Amino acid sequence: MSATMTAAQGAPNGATLASATVLEIKGLVKEYSAGKPVLKGIDVAVPAEGITAIIGPSGTGKSTLIRCINRLVEPTSGSIRLHGAELTGLRGRNLRLARRRIGMVFQEYNLVERLTVMENVLSGRLGYVPLWRAWLRKYPEEDIQRAFMLLDAVGLPEHATRRADALSGGQRQRVGIARALMQRPEILLADEPTSSLDPRTAVEVLELLTRLTAAEGVPVIINIHNVDLAKRFARRIIGMSGGSVIFDGPPEELEQHHLRAIYGGEDWL
Amino acid sequence: MSATTSPRRLAFAPNWPMRLALLALAVYTVWASTRLGLTWDRVAHGMGEGAKLLGRMVPPNFERWQLLLEGLLESLQIAVLASALGILISLPLSILAARNLSPLWIAGPVRGVIAVCRSLHYVIVAILFVKAIGFGALAGTAALVVASVGFIAKLFAEAIEEISMKQVEAIRATGAGVMKVIAYAVLPQVASRFIGFCLYQLDSNLRNSTLVGIVGAGGIGGTLFAAFKRFDYDFVAAILLSIIALIFLAEIISGRVRAALR
Repeated sequence: MSATMTAAQGAPNGATLASATVLEIKGLVKEYSAGKPVLKGIDVAVPAEGITAIIGPSGTGKSTLIRCINRLVEPTSGSIRLHGAELTGLRGRNLRLARRRIGMVFQEYNLVERLTVMENVLSGRLGYVPLWRAWLRKYPEEDIQRAFMLLDAVGLPEHATRRADALSGGQRQRVGIARALMQRPEILLADEPTSSLDPRTAVEVLELLTRLTAAEGVPVIINIHNVDLAKRFARRIIGMSGGSVIFDGPPEELEQHHLRAIYGGEDWL
Repeated sequence: MSATTSPRRLAFAPNWPMRLALLALAVYTVWASTRLGLTWDRVAHGMGEGAKLLGRMVPPNFERWQLLLEGLLESLQIAVLASALGILISLPLSILAARNLSPLWIAGPVRGVIAVCRSLHYVIVAILFVKAIGFGALAGTAALVVASVGFIAKLFAEAIEEISMKQVEAIRATGAGVMKVIAYAVLPQVASRFIGFCLYQLDSNLRNSTLVGIVGAGGIGGTLFAAFKRFDYDFVAAILLSIIALIFLAEIISGRVRAALR
């Protein structure tokens, strides 16, 4: 909570790169097999406001980078600091306490299909509530009120008791966003959140994500294939290619020659 | 035109190992039947004996129905108790045995324990328990608990290994610990299959509980064995009909429950 407050207070016009930093990545290396790094020493400072988009070709390590942050993937070396606190090397309880501060939205929504929408949203509180409350679904009244508030906000007020597998793709991703925000995260990670959606729904979901995270003062890191969407929604673009960052700046500065360097070739432009 | 000039192409490769295996199986079957002395004379003689036995079985004799009911109820109790305990033990074991949730150094030994439970036939286990803890329903129940664990813990573990890890990953990402991940990401994915396995196990425990009595481990089997030994074939027929009725009833009920769950 206090962290999101400081984030909101950070800088009134968060467009400047000099604004406060929420996440600092230094020298991050990930090798799935020794000697073949997928990430080759990433240095990135994520501003405490707005959307930071990571673009780059498939297989360049965007997803790995995002998953290293909440340690769904174990980094090989380097440092990741959230509000100054080191995330790499955390284990057990400390890792779980760090994870609950980091929300995540997935490409394929990753809802628990056979649970209700409400159970999926409330699962965002699993890092906070004691085990017996989780098993018996006895969540604190405050959490339930917030879950209903978030379901209203994502436009699914009538769907609380429906099972997640009864929803459409766009609806599922809205639930995914509500689940992530339920954590009251200090940062939200979105791994290709719109790649499984049709173009119109993709824009609607991104607008929703932008609006809700801005309202709660949560900075967002988003992996995205679509360069136009990245330029439209992000305040900051990180271009990756071959496991390295080769562009880092505001969307206005991203030009054709940068895109050539990121994706290679030029016939597609 | 090219079809007439080019050599004939095979759409399916000839499977010589399979052809040879089938031939070997046929040869072995013929050879084995000659070794066992299965001649037509022997079959005809057996049919005659069978007809005599059947003749002594009709009409079934339900005069000692109290003895019959007592045995059946004991079998039912053994089956229900053994199923309940077996399921209770299988739940944690199956999670430990699932290779997608447990590290190999835990999953491996637990799988070994489950395999041992499954490797001995339940009648052999029942004999062991009768020798170890004495005659009666306790031995039968214990034997069927072991059999249940060997069977459903394996099925549970395999169901868990087929779950979507994406859902597990999402719940882990919220900061949930192991028990919360089990409650929110594992059990919802496997619950309906688990219930199906449990009903199936109850069915088969009911069947098995009618047999353990033969080795002195309680239930209707003891009554049946005694009737055989006294050549009370009409009472034997009554017992067999009752067992068939009980199993049919159980099949119908569990079928209804399964349908309701779908």
